[in-house]
Amino acid sequence: MDIGQLRHMVEQIARNFAVQGHEKAVAATADHIVRFWEPRMKAAIVAQSGALSPIARGAIELLARGVEPPSQTHATEFEAGGSDAG
Amino acid sequence: MISNPGTFSLGYEPQVDFGTPEAVSDISVTLTIDGRAVEVPAGTTVMRAAALVGASIPKLCATDNLASFGSCRLCLVEVDGMRGTPASCTTPVAEGMSVHTQTPRLAKLRKGVMELYISDHPLDCLTCSANNDCELQDQAAAVGLRDVRYGYGGANHLGEAADRSNPYFDFDPSKCIACSRCVRACDEVQGTFALTMDGRGFASKISAGQTADDFLSSECVSCGACVQACPTATLQEKAVKEIGLPERAVVTTCAYCGVGCTFRAEMRGEQLVRMVPWKDGKANRGHSCVKGRFAWGYANHADRITTPMIRESIDEPWREVGWDEAIGFAAERLLSIKAEHGARALGGITSSRCTNEETFLVQKLVRAGFGTNNVDTCARVCHSPTGYGLKTTFGTSAGTQDFDSVMQADVILVIGANPTDAHPVFASRMKRRLRQGAKLIVIDPRRIDLVRSPHIEAAYHLPLQPGTNVAVLTAMAHVIVTEGLADEAFVRERCDWDEFSDWAAFVANPRHSPEVLEAVTRVPAPDLRAAARLFATGGNGAVYYGLGVTEHSQGSSTVMAIANLAMATGNIGRPGVGVNPLRGQNNVQGACDMGSFPHELSGYRHVSDDTARALFEADWGVTLDPEPGLRIPNMLDAALDGSFRAIYIQGEDILQSDPNTHHVAKGLAAMDCVIVHDLFLNETANYAHVFLPGSTFLEKDGTFTNAERRIQPVRKVMEPANGPKGGGYEDWQVTQLLANAMGLGWSYTHASQIMDEVARLTPSFAGVSFARLDQCGSLQWPINAEYPDGAPVMHVDGFSGGGPNGNGRGKFVVTDYVPTDEKTGPRYPLLLTTGRILSHYNVGAQTRRTGNTIWHPEDLLEMHPADADNRGFKSGDWARLASRTGETTLRVSVTDKVAPGVVYTTFHHPQTQANVVTTEYSDWATNCPEYKVTAVQVTPSNGPTDWQEDYREQSLRSRRIAVPMTVAEAAE
Repeated sequence: MDIGQLRHMVEQIARNFAVQGHEKAVAATADHIVRFWEPRMKAAIVAQSGALSPIARGAIELLARGVEPPSQTHATEFEAGGSDAG
Repeated sequence: MISNPGTFSLGYEPQVDFGTPEAVSDISVTLTIDGRAVEVPAGTTVMRAAALVGASIPKLCATDNLASFGSCRLCLVEVDGMRGTPASCTTPVAEGMSVHTQTPRLAKLRKGVMELYISDHPLDCLTCSANNDCELQDQAAAVGLRDVRYGYGGANHLGEAADRSNPYFDFDPSKCIACSRCVRACDEVQGTFALTMDGRGFASKISAGQTADDFLSSECVSCGACVQACPTATLQEKAVKEIGLPERAVVTTCAYCGVGCTFRAEMRGEQLVRMVPWKDGKANRGHSCVKGRFAWGYANHADRITTPMIRESIDEPWREVGWDEAIGFAAERLLSIKAEHGARALGGITSSRCTNEETFLVQKLVRAGFGTNNVDTCARVCHSPTGYGLKTTFGTSAGTQDFDSVMQADVILVIGANPTDAHPVFASRMKRRLRQGAKLIVIDPRRIDLVRSPHIEAAYHLPLQPGTNVAVLTAMAHVIVTEGLADEAFVRERCDWDEFSDWAAFVANPRHSPEVLEAVTRVPAPDLRAAARLFATGGNGAVYYGLGVTEHSQGSSTVMAIANLAMATGNIGRPGVGVNPLRGQNNVQGACDMGSFPHELSGYRHVSDDTARALFEADWGVTLDPEPGLRIPNMLDAALDGSFRAIYIQGEDILQSDPNTHHVAKGLAAMDCVIVHDLFLNETANYAHVFLPGSTFLEKDGTFTNAERRIQPVRKVMEPANGPKGGGYEDWQVTQLLANAMGLGWSYTHASQIMDEVARLTPSFAGVSFARLDQCGSLQWPINAEYPDGAPVMHVDGFSGGGPNGNGRGKFVVTDYVPTDEKTGPRYPLLLTTGRILSHYNVGAQTRRTGNTIWHPEDLLEMHPADADNRGFKSGDWARLASRTGETTLRVSVTDKVAPGVVYTTFHHPQTQANVVTTEYSDWATNCPEYKVTAVQVTPSNGPTDWQEDYREQSLRSRRIAVPMTVAEAAE
């Protein structure tokens, strides 16, 4: 995968969650990646070694440790058989 | 077979015309018509009441989609106790009224009127194209006209020249009876006001536009409402003239935009004669646009590929083969790539132009057959941010209303949408409501036609800088919160108060005031304040939005900002309000519902959800991957590193429609197996190894789901062209062939069985079946135990989502404005934004192969006069349009519709390929491309760029089809 592109994506997600404060933004960014990114994208971003903003870095560290934060927004909440849309 | 064609496959008879529109009233009135009692709502006309009991009052100027006019004097009746013979079309019913529709006195009067009409009408009925389909002829028979005492020698209009300028219909004034139905249809139904009754008395004449205009050069948008309204052959489809009258009609759903108009496909054998809007269609209410009504000629276009084709490599010419060979070739390649590189090297793209059933099967093939979740759909590049944004705030991605709701709106906020071009039939309803007095706010970088058109003027047009939607909406929220205009009672009852308080505190910060943000948005603060006040206080506020909202780096944030605004002003949960995404393609809603996204199964259930996955695994007998798959842009990235190698694309042209064409081309070229399943050799097919010929919407059974979540039947009216008569395949059958060649053992024999499977596996579709749709005409999901008849309005009693709070409350989300990374600078000082035009649809693959090209033969670059002056451009000059990703050339159109610093074009023509210049930037949450903001420079040019020349050459080369060897050549 184009790691530059993935870095841009994670930074974009982090910047948009930043308004929620560092801790929440880290969890939300990690949650977003867990729910929407394909395995090789996740693997590539976890393996990358470039400089990242604190929120993006925090999120990647969570993923690297195998932590999957609970759903942080409605968008990543898919209750079994109940949600009629997404 | 479940589908009962008896109900919707009719003889040719036109639909019943009740003469005047339905009246709505709580009071009912009882009267007698020729001795028969009838009870109708107050305000109903005598004509309509009579039609309801089956009495047939002669009429010419009346028709039930137009207001009463009272000009033809044929519908006279006698009413006990009333003097004279009132016109039944303008006489309202009254309690106890006793009406007589057929008396000797009326017969004499009617005959006299008809005699005058016929004295100035050609008597060429037998050779007239409307013979046997002419209201004048019918009424002459009805009144018993036997001779015309005045003769035909007097002054008349019989020698008038016909206007044949429109590609689809002729105007023959010699047959006109001056009933004004066409003029009124143009005004009332379409809202374009292109026609007028010129002159007075005997000189009265229908005129399109100015004196020098013909139909083509006038303001006419060719919607065909006038043709439908005409009671004679004066305005008639050229196709009827050429082919003759239809002999049967089948109700089906249009395959163009997300409005989802239903039509009577009027057929002569297997030949389509004309499409006539179905009056009972709940999406279009009997109206249509130029695309749906007229632009169906592509179905029989010579470019259509009807034989499967394969080739070893994309440098070779295509080789025509039989279905077995093509499917075998494709399956063998897919299986060997899977064996060598794993399931995740494969993927597919479902089509938003195909039916729900076809889309469902493609994603099933990818998930269950390929063994991966690498499936995506064109919603990725249009409304994926709607899915994310509305689910986050409201708990469901669903648009909240039906189209009828607009008729109860008081303030209509249109943001990033151009309904008169992209959703024209809905735009006509919206314009009707605006003419009734609803107020309009438009937020758009361009002065779209809605801003100012006949009898409509926006209260406010906020021409924002592209890319600043979130800033504008935050500033509006600032005004509403700081001026105390929020509907706190609604918020307390329906939303989470703490979240609202956090959001309110955020937007109330002085740095979000319109005055501060004006530097970013370029929207004058006083206008923005006034618009915000109007939206918050003007009654029912309804937001309608399109791709100008979603196709940005902050598309998802903008959707959430809109949802915040609707909740803060209490504009959710009843008719007349709501958040209404105007979806682009005919079945983009359905494609999403059917599980086309890489992280979701049908009904929007995440692939990591064990319970949902288990349901599918049990039904399909396979194990499903619990990890999300690749999105379209990710697939292309993965192709470049060699980890993604094969793709099955049904009914999408990603090379032309997706951003950064060079990048798409490189990704496709890197793959070992590209299977394109389409009607034409589209641009993507230049990189394909297998071409599977598709079927048009006229050639298949199934369903489309429109922007209102309305599921509507698509009915087969002719055999698929991709095989011998009766031996062709609907698209779902082709997918099944491929699945079975890969060993899946599917055995669907009709599309209805696929919908049964969807219903079985998808809670929100639990109550859907073809039989139910035949019975109801259409259904708006969810259709289940809770909503057995569907849900026209969402969130009536509470928000859908359980959400983190688990309480069905609306969630306010703080949306911080994050500027896009795409910046103008000295090299690229202008901002390009892209859009659509009325006469073309999406990449134009269909509409470019119809008469519609007469209105839009090429993409043009709109530029403000100031920018044009600086660069020495006048309209028609060739310009080179360049961004950091690529360049193309096209002609300039100088107009003040765009602001200085902003240029605009469409993406309908592959010769231009506007997406050569768009970038890889995308929405932060969904990767929906940022089509609407590209920094560009525009410079004078002599003609096409090298790239365009190369591309044209490459297209020609890659579209070569090998001529089969003759027996003699083979023997040599």
